[in-house]
Amino acid sequence: MSERLRLTVFAAGVVGFGAVLVWGLAGLPSFGDFDGRYGQYLAHAAVPERHATSAVAVTTLDFRGFDTLIEEFILFTAAVGVVVLLRVQRAGEEVPAEPDAVRRPTAHSGSLRSVITALVGPFLLLGLAIVVHGHLTPGGGFQGGVILMAALFLVYLGGTHMRLGPLRPLAATEASEGVGAAGFALIGLGGIVVAGAYLENFLPFGRVSNLVSGGDIPLLNIAVGLEVMGALLVVLGEFLDQRLLMRKGRL
Amino acid sequence: MSFLPYAVAAWLFVIGLYGIVTSRNLVHLIVCLSVVQSSTYVLLLAVGYRTNATAPIFADISTSRSVVDPIVATLTLTDVVVEATVVALLLALAVQAHRRFGTLDPNEMGALRG
Repeated sequence: MSERLRLTVFAAGVVGFGAVLVWGLAGLPSFGDFDGRYGQYLAHAAVPERHATSAVAVTTLDFRGFDTLIEEFILFTAAVGVVVLLRVQRAGEEVPAEPDAVRRPTAHSGSLRSVITALVGPFLLLGLAIVVHGHLTPGGGFQGGVILMAALFLVYLGGTHMRLGPLRPLAATEASEGVGAAGFALIGLGGIVVAGAYLENFLPFGRVSNLVSGGDIPLLNIAVGLEVMGALLVVLGEFLDQRLLMRKGRL
Repeated sequence: MSFLPYAVAAWLFVIGLYGIVTSRNLVHLIVCLSVVQSSTYVLLLAVGYRTNATAPIFADISTSRSVVDPIVATLTLTDVVVEATVVALLLALAVQAHRRFGTLDPNEMGALRG
């Protein structure tokens, strides 16, 4: 299809889409007037019924916990999918470490590398804080997991090796991903055993605004954090290995 | 300007689609797809907004304060995760496409080759 024909088809499609969109948007409540009873009920039930101050976390992990379980497994499956897609072409071949002669640091300046390395600790701490305070303040397992992944990835950015070897143990990141996904599912099973329904809360709620409060929500946040961190590290690690294979002229 | 957030969502959707249609590089195309997807975040959050309401985090506000809808925030979170997974899988496919065709330009990839 030529460029011009393609743009013509696109323009026609956009006009049609625009008409349907305006029609659809006209039926929405005007901005600021939304009156969803269900959402308001959940928001105001979070503190009295779950003793957790972040209504978003309560909605995500408790009222809609089953939805989040599936969402977590979407992430899990996608990470496995990336591994399958990219690892199959290595056909069991281990990516060899770069010889010292050709090894190039990611960051060329020594002071930049020092700053990056110094940031690893604070990033880890920030990620952990966001994960464990997920039921109190904005944040939680998904957000904190990404920061934790970034912290561990700084080790690579600040290093001089493309291949981190023991610093990026694939088995450990895969285990973190698996433990996170399984942890969420098992906490749900605990709900069946103790409280009679899947993902039903079975822990004491504690005092509002305490670090340990909200029943099993903090535990679910930690499981999600492990899962997100592990999955993203696995995915990024696979892409890095591809880069290494390309540099070696195997692709 | 009560329609402005919806207009932003529509604009993001269309400009992302335009990028996909005219893309010359699979990685650029995938980024354009994520622009399309980000229009859904704007739309979801815009739908749940209530005038003079604040975020549904009761750590430092009274539980009787008017808050925006927490469900759309949850749905947006799901949306972001789905986008991340879609982008990761598509980038992996782009790596495979580059390996097979030796190019990332979709116009130069013959459908019958390989």
